[in-house]
Amino acid sequence: MLTYIIRRLIGAVILLFIVSAVVFSIFFLVPRIGGATPDDLASRYVGKSAGVEQIHQTAVKLGFTDPIYVQYGRFAKGIVVGQDYNYGPAVEHCPAPCLGYSFITQNPVLPDLLDRLPVTLSLAAGASVLWLVGGVATGVISALKRGSFLDRSSMGVALAGVSLPIFFTGLLSLSIFSYGLGWTAPGGANPMDATSPLDWAYRMLLPWITLAFLFAASYARLTRAGMLETMNEDYIRTARAKGLRERDVVIRHGLRAALTPILTIFGLDLGLLLGGAILTETTFSLPGLGQYAVQAITNNDLPKVLGVTLLGAVFIIFANLIVDLLYAVVDPRVRTK
Amino acid sequence: MSTDAAPIVDRSAPSPAGPFLQVKDLRVHFPTDDGVVKSVDGLSFSVERGQTLGIVGESGSGKSVTSLSIMGLHPPGTAEISGQVVLNGDNLVGASAEHIRRLRGKDMAMIFQDPLSAMHPYYTVGHQIIEAYRIHNRVSKQVARKHAIDMLDRVGIPQPKSRVDDYPHQFSGGMRQRAMIAMALSCDPELLIADEPTTALDVTVQAQILDLIRDLQQEFNSAVIIITHDLGVVAELADDILVMYAGRSVEYASAHEIFTAPLHPYTWGLLGSMPRLDRERTERLKPIQGAPPSLINVPTGCPFHPRCTYAELTAGASETERPELVEISPRHHVACHLSAPDRQRVWENDIKPSL
Repeated sequence: MLTYIIRRLIGAVILLFIVSAVVFSIFFLVPRIGGATPDDLASRYVGKSAGVEQIHQTAVKLGFTDPIYVQYGRFAKGIVVGQDYNYGPAVEHCPAPCLGYSFITQNPVLPDLLDRLPVTLSLAAGASVLWLVGGVATGVISALKRGSFLDRSSMGVALAGVSLPIFFTGLLSLSIFSYGLGWTAPGGANPMDATSPLDWAYRMLLPWITLAFLFAASYARLTRAGMLETMNEDYIRTARAKGLRERDVVIRHGLRAALTPILTIFGLDLGLLLGGAILTETTFSLPGLGQYAVQAITNNDLPKVLGVTLLGAVFIIFANLIVDLLYAVVDPRVRTK
Repeated sequence: MSTDAAPIVDRSAPSPAGPFLQVKDLRVHFPTDDGVVKSVDGLSFSVERGQTLGIVGESGSGKSVTSLSIMGLHPPGTAEISGQVVLNGDNLVGASAEHIRRLRGKDMAMIFQDPLSAMHPYYTVGHQIIEAYRIHNRVSKQVARKHAIDMLDRVGIPQPKSRVDDYPHQFSGGMRQRAMIAMALSCDPELLIADEPTTALDVTVQAQILDLIRDLQQEFNSAVIIITHDLGVVAELADDILVMYAGRSVEYASAHEIFTAPLHPYTWGLLGSMPRLDRERTERLKPIQGAPPSLINVPTGCPFHPRCTYAELTAGASETERPELVEISPRHHVACHLSAPDRQRVWENDIKPSL
């Protein structure tokens, strides 16, 4: 088991290396192939009145004139040991792990990311609990009452949930529950300014519900399908033949088996979400990683986009790893192989 | 295939309160879009404690449906069940689901065909036996665990103390069926239903499992119903045999009678299609021609008549009139229109020499 974990960790590092190289190429190599000169890239980082000579000097200073692999090498080295950026007036040190340095806002990217991560974490934590509990419970009830009015109506709601985009449900619920009825906090309530856990939950409630609605829908459908399958298994009949209460048959025998594939999806969804919930954060003006990424893209601030992308990749790769390890815990048949 | 062993309970003198398990005119119908599936249609039999009944028939003859209705395992709303299932004086048809649940596992238990799919893959064998025991016995986990180890030991699992923590997939097929039996017997049930207990097992293991069921039955003095399509299995174990066809009983007699003086053409067919080592090898097995009927459109008259070689001997009666199950000789029931002389002649001339 330990060698398996070590092997997977080494694999994760290699994968991260590849992801970083690919992302780096997309931002710094592809424009060059497209015909952009180092000076074109540098022109974004100087004032509008800058002359050709000044732009070229900036390009040299920022290293855009170097071959692309040298630039990537510098970036990769920065992650391991840190890097000094010379942006003109002074030399700025970006300590390891340095995920890049924004020449527009003139600061290293990583502290920004760490600053915004708690907001995204707040969003993901609450929403994931809601959608997991809500989706699985709905799915189980739907499967047990298959074909009933309850089943059909909840599956109808679920279909709406997967189909409607966040910016629709989010804005609609904001207008009704926040601005109309005044039950929830208005948009833009930063959870990090909360004075108490209750206040934190109050500020996050609407984003949680909106985001959870989207995910719960697919979880409900997944759980329903899984339960319909497992409840027909022979071991369910055995559990009933033992005289087990129906409630225990459903939860301890049926759901236990149906939950395994759901766990896989849950890990991946959570990993993906931690890289930033772009639509939800934008809709509710939450200063999380998603919003950060959107702003960076709008400002053409490539190092920031690169940083968010890499952080997201880290979360997804580790979520994958954890899911694979949990699989062995959940399903004993995987363990012995 | 001798059944000369002294019966534990004298069949001729049932207890004054009636037999331990009595099934009377059991009907299990499933309404479907295509029509009503009459899986079991007027079935009656009884079993005493310490006695074994074999229910034999082809796939789809209603054997398993019968056992599931006794156990009350048909999902509510799917099956229309009528008639009587009296266990120890207690009629289970129409009893509350909760009442039957309390009886399940404790008073009546069941062993299933494929022990790999019948055990939960995510729980250890021990956990599943402990769970079964603790449903009906208020004991601590430690006590239940000790009981589970005892049970595994009793059904012949080597090193039960360590195997108790194994998962079903770590057991071999025969071991799994032993564990399944241990689970079924963990609460000392008075009635044990074994639904094709050896079908999924190697031939070498089959005999061991049948021996085990017989030994445990004598130890626990329980009533046993063995459901099978394999006459060889019931030859080993059963005191009585009920032959089912299209949801009905076509012949019901002691095992000895069924093997030495069978009366129904379908029973003849089953006996003829049984592989035998003591038969000439050049002779081919004699399968019963045709396929079992649809249970939605059961043939009129005798449901077996389209496949029966001797139907024309009844002068058309078997095509129009359903034969009732009648007692031809003491405790030997058959549902067939053949007249006694015809039957005797066919049996002596055609069937007996080829068996």
